[in-house]
Amino acid sequence: MNKNSEDIVLMKGNEAIAHAAIRCGCDGYFGYPITPQSEIIETLALEKPWETTGMVVLQAESELASINMVYGGGATGKRVMTSSSSPGVALMQEGITYMAGAEIPGVIVNVQRGGPGLGTIQPSQGDYNQSTRGGGNGDYNVIVLAPASVQEMADFVDLAFTLSFRYRNPAIILSDGVIGQMMERVVLPPFKPRRTEEQIKAECPWAALGRTKDRPRNVLTSLELDPGKQEEVNLRLQRKYAEIKAREVRYEEYLTEDAEYLIVAFGSAARIAQKSIEDCRRQGIKVGLLRPITLWPFPTERIKQLAEQVKHILAVEINAGQMVNDIRLAVEGRTPVSHYGRMGGILPTPDDINNQINTLL
Amino acid sequence: MKKEIIIAGFGGQGVLSMGKVLAYAALMEGREVTWMPSYGPEQRGGTANVTVIISDEAISSPILNTFDVAVILNQPSLERFEQAIKPGGTLIYDPYGICVPPTRTDISIYTIDAMDLAAEMKNAKAFNMIVLGALLRIFDSGNLTYVEQALAKTLPERHHHLIPANIEAIRRGMQAVQSQSS
Repeated sequence: MNKNSEDIVLMKGNEAIAHAAIRCGCDGYFGYPITPQSEIIETLALEKPWETTGMVVLQAESELASINMVYGGGATGKRVMTSSSSPGVALMQEGITYMAGAEIPGVIVNVQRGGPGLGTIQPSQGDYNQSTRGGGNGDYNVIVLAPASVQEMADFVDLAFTLSFRYRNPAIILSDGVIGQMMERVVLPPFKPRRTEEQIKAECPWAALGRTKDRPRNVLTSLELDPGKQEEVNLRLQRKYAEIKAREVRYEEYLTEDAEYLIVAFGSAARIAQKSIEDCRRQGIKVGLLRPITLWPFPTERIKQLAEQVKHILAVEINAGQMVNDIRLAVEGRTPVSHYGRMGGILPTPDDINNQINTLL
Repeated sequence: MKKEIIIAGFGGQGVLSMGKVLAYAALMEGREVTWMPSYGPEQRGGTANVTVIISDEAISSPILNTFDVAVILNQPSLERFEQAIKPGGTLIYDPYGICVPPTRTDISIYTIDAMDLAAEMKNAKAFNMIVLGALLRIFDSGNLTYVEQALAKTLPERHHHLIPANIEAIRRGMQAVQSQSS
């Protein structure tokens, strides 16, 4: 069990994001500090990747500047990212919808805190609707990954970039203050070099890399004044979103095989719910957990199947009830669905969830 | 093996660092750990706490409402966490500054005069390591190899010359811890 001590690292989720970014060939990070995610930019500043991989790390003057730097970097085919917490990500929504409209890849990390407004610096999952519905203006979706451990914080950086470039669409890592601040064992991904200019040219024929003789000029814009053409853009985007929904749904199940009651929870709420399930099982109550890993696309089909099997579905979220609506859409009345959540930076405890389950029996 | 621990006291007492050394030592031993701090405007003078879970199996919730062990270093933390200790669990506290001592009779209670010992050692910074020593003694972890590795991992290299002094403080804590029930 005891491995070489050099292989063992204990770190915060926020620190894992920074290390994973450097290791997965990220070309640039642009951000503005905000609790509870400032360790991301702090770790990058300590690691000085500009001296090793050549990755740019820049503290922008605001979140608006950060997201527009991501827009610019992504438009040239670079793997660029930003991170913030809820009020800061609210500011970024304009940039994100412009990226979605112009089909520019990029990664946005949101380590959520409680709202609305300036709210609290304590953990929350109140930005579910904002993330899964687009968040800005117009008909668009962003790919949303919800890590539930420090390991997933590390692993999802590369995954987010991969999906973002595969579909030329922004991707959000939707974390929260618990996963950002907690420390766990993590195995960092192996170093992957940044792509060369030649590789970017080959992989991103759409990128704005300057006009050359051998190819036409690339224009990346979300503006199209001709309604007919703009509808074409929208239809193409909708086809892309349908493809993402068909191919990229990710989730994890825990003790669902014989479950009579199902909890659906993501991120830190899923971790807390899992403990309450351990307790319920000891009392002989057959509870299982479905943890969506992609919040968009949502695991609608699997929840629909499980709705045929279970007596009740409980959504546990650290908000007033947001994902519960997606569950209801999946279930279509096949089984009762209810919600349990806390707000304002208060976390549900395993006992709270256990009590909720007991009221359903 | 699974231990659910809360360490709580004033900000600036080294509560979070102590939890980190404890978590790292368990990790070095090959166990699973989670370390979940209270975070926010806590600074010197405010209250701070950290939940450390050590287990042979994967850990689900890093957030708990009851604990096997509570390490309590000030009065507000005692008031907040005494009732959160599981029956049969353990409370370790430094009586320094405690006006209203614990009243539970269904748990094991230990005291560690860490504040006084640190003053005696003329090293206020040894305080949290003395408390850690008390905790390790109760856990029956006489072998400090992993703790030494954990200190090397958590302290910046320029402070590695302080590791022997930290180990000495831990040993003092191991000797000084007292059972209140006996």
